Amino acid sequence: MIIKSQKDFFSGLLYAAVGSAFAIGATNYNLGTSARMGPGFFPMMLGVILAIIGLYIMFKAMVVKTPNGDKIGAWAWKPLFFIIAGNLLFGVLLGGLPNLGVPAMGLIVAIFGTTFVVSLAGDTYKVKEVAILATILSIGCYCAFVLLLKLQFPVWPTFITG
Amino acid sequence: MDLFDNLALGFGVAFTFQNLIYAFIGCLLGTLIGVLPGVGPVATIAMLLPATYALPPIAALIMLAGIYYGAQYGGSTTAILVNLPGEASSVVTMIDGYQMARKGRAGPALAAAGMGSFFAGCVGTLILAAFAAPLTEVAFKFGPAEYFSLMVLGLIGAVVLASGSLIKAVGMIVLGLLMGLIGTDVNSGVARYSFDIPELTDGIGFIVIAMGVFGYGEIISNLSKPDEEREVFTAKVTGLMPTAEDFKNMLPAVLRGTSLGSALGILPGGGALLAAFAAYTIEKKTKVKPGELPFGQGNIRGVAAPESANNAASQTSFIPLLTLGIPPNAVMALMVGAMTIHNIQPGPQVMTSNPELFWGLIASMWIGNAMLIILNLPLIGIWIRLLSVPYRWLFPAIVLFCAIGVYSTNNNTWDIWMVAMFGVIGYTFIKLGMEPAPLLLGFILGPMMEENLRRAMLLSRGDWSVFVTRPLSASLLAVALLLLIIVMLPSIKSKREEAFVED
Repeated sequence: MIIKSQKDFFSGLLYAAVGSAFAIGATNYNLGTSARMGPGFFPMMLGVILAIIGLYIMFKAMVVKTPNGDKIGAWAWKPLFFIIAGNLLFGVLLGGLPNLGVPAMGLIVAIFGTTFVVSLAGDTYKVKEVAILATILSIGCYCAFVLLLKLQFPVWPTFITG
Repeated sequence: MDLFDNLALGFGVAFTFQNLIYAFIGCLLGTLIGVLPGVGPVATIAMLLPATYALPPIAALIMLAGIYYGAQYGGSTTAILVNLPGEASSVVTMIDGYQMARKGRAGPALAAAGMGSFFAGCVGTLILAAFAAPLTEVAFKFGPAEYFSLMVLGLIGAVVLASGSLIKAVGMIVLGLLMGLIGTDVNSGVARYSFDIPELTDGIGFIVIAMGVFGYGEIISNLSKPDEEREVFTAKVTGLMPTAEDFKNMLPAVLRGTSLGSALGILPGGGALLAAFAAYTIEKKTKVKPGELPFGQGNIRGVAAPESANNAASQTSFIPLLTLGIPPNAVMALMVGAMTIHNIQPGPQVMTSNPELFWGLIASMWIGNAMLIILNLPLIGIWIRLLSVPYRWLFPAIVLFCAIGVYSTNNNTWDIWMVAMFGVIGYTFIKLGMEPAPLLLGFILGPMMEENLRRAMLLSRGDWSVFVTRPLSASLLAVALLLLIIVMLPSIKSKREEAFVED
């Protein structure tokens, strides 16, 4: 069997997998009757529908020819990794990880950390430029979110503010 | 006249100093972010939503509406000057707009877009005001069966009019519906699919999905494309005023665009993108006068018509949201989320229980449109300078704002972990050619659909035929079926695919 459309095949696979997962999960909840639906009824219905849609797309992807095979193409691992890593770092620095004993470093440190990591996702990386950007962003965010909008953030590291 | 009384009430609310300021800030911020290429209205609204938390509901909605229009306008500026769509609905504006800019006529192109949009916005607001009251009357006749069928129609409409593969889009809807069900079931109190994680019992936040999928997913995909040589026409914007000849050509195009856009905006799943495409297609079918440039080479009608259409549509797409509580597209789905945060349940009851909010919002739309034209044309220089900011400075800022935004929704780092996950999922969607907009729509409608389905079935004692025996519900479902059949007809199918890969 040759896959005629890579994109479709794998999206179908995704639908089929997620749909069945939801349907299987729904068996843990009371299905009820159609007059008195339990919490499992609607998810079961949708899960089965999604799985069928997924299987149909997979089937079609193996039968219907596409001009260039509809390749997924290379994954952009570098931006993917650094954007997500920067985002996660923001959470860790801002709120800390109490379970692992990582202290909360607050908003300003988080902004600097995130900006430096996320910038790595681009093609060019100039430390000086990123430092300036991070400084501008911290001042801007502090003024906009903390002073102006009065959103609740831990601004400074907990071991300084106590 | 009721209409004018209502509008007067609305303008009374909207013309307070405070609300005018918020409308202004909304438009300004919306344009600011909307001008940036690669950030569409959905990501813009999601990103700026936390900024409205602290405001009173009416001010928050006015500001959000301003952000939405601002993002639309900003998108057309980017399209004309940089040949990059700031958002999907300005893709067609790019074709003739950029050519005008290359011929040194960027000024008139921007003015045509601005004036066309303003005119369309005024008409759209009037239509919205006129339709709101009667449609609300209809909405009160709706039972749960009708609501369920209406949502089916809305979701089907959304995929029929969307681009790309139909069946994949249907899959996205179902996926969205399922994700909307995660969390505590309101009827039984059972926490579904929460894996004993306390944060998941509240469900997944729609901001998390919107930012992860629309924000991060897009950034990652943008970064994976090599830097293109972009020609930015910064110095050449002189003389904003179109000539008398331009005006003569523009006027019918604006009128056609406005009427088409207003009609398409009301349809479920319609909205700005489709309106712009349809308006441009129609404009291309009309005769080109002697002496007028052909389309694709800088014809001013090719800018004026789609811009009027997308603005009219973004106005009228508020109609289903405000009267029936059903969001017709992804942007409106975000508005539902915003309203819920402010404890407003969108639907027909808003108009009766909260007339200040309802009419104030409508009036502020007109004000927002007026502000935009004031803001955009004289300040064009600032927006242009913004366009020359390199992307390598922009994307860290966008990531940062998204992270701050999701954190501030609950003041909980949990949402930050979730948005990272949805960023990866969003990029996967892009790689696999799966459209994320239907997902968001399904996500918002999921719990509502389940609730109405349950109620309808309870009332009918488990008889599924209730959906086809009640005339209103039956006709809604019939329309949905008809839409599906029409799209699947071979001749329409090829036309539809053609329309979305246009030029």
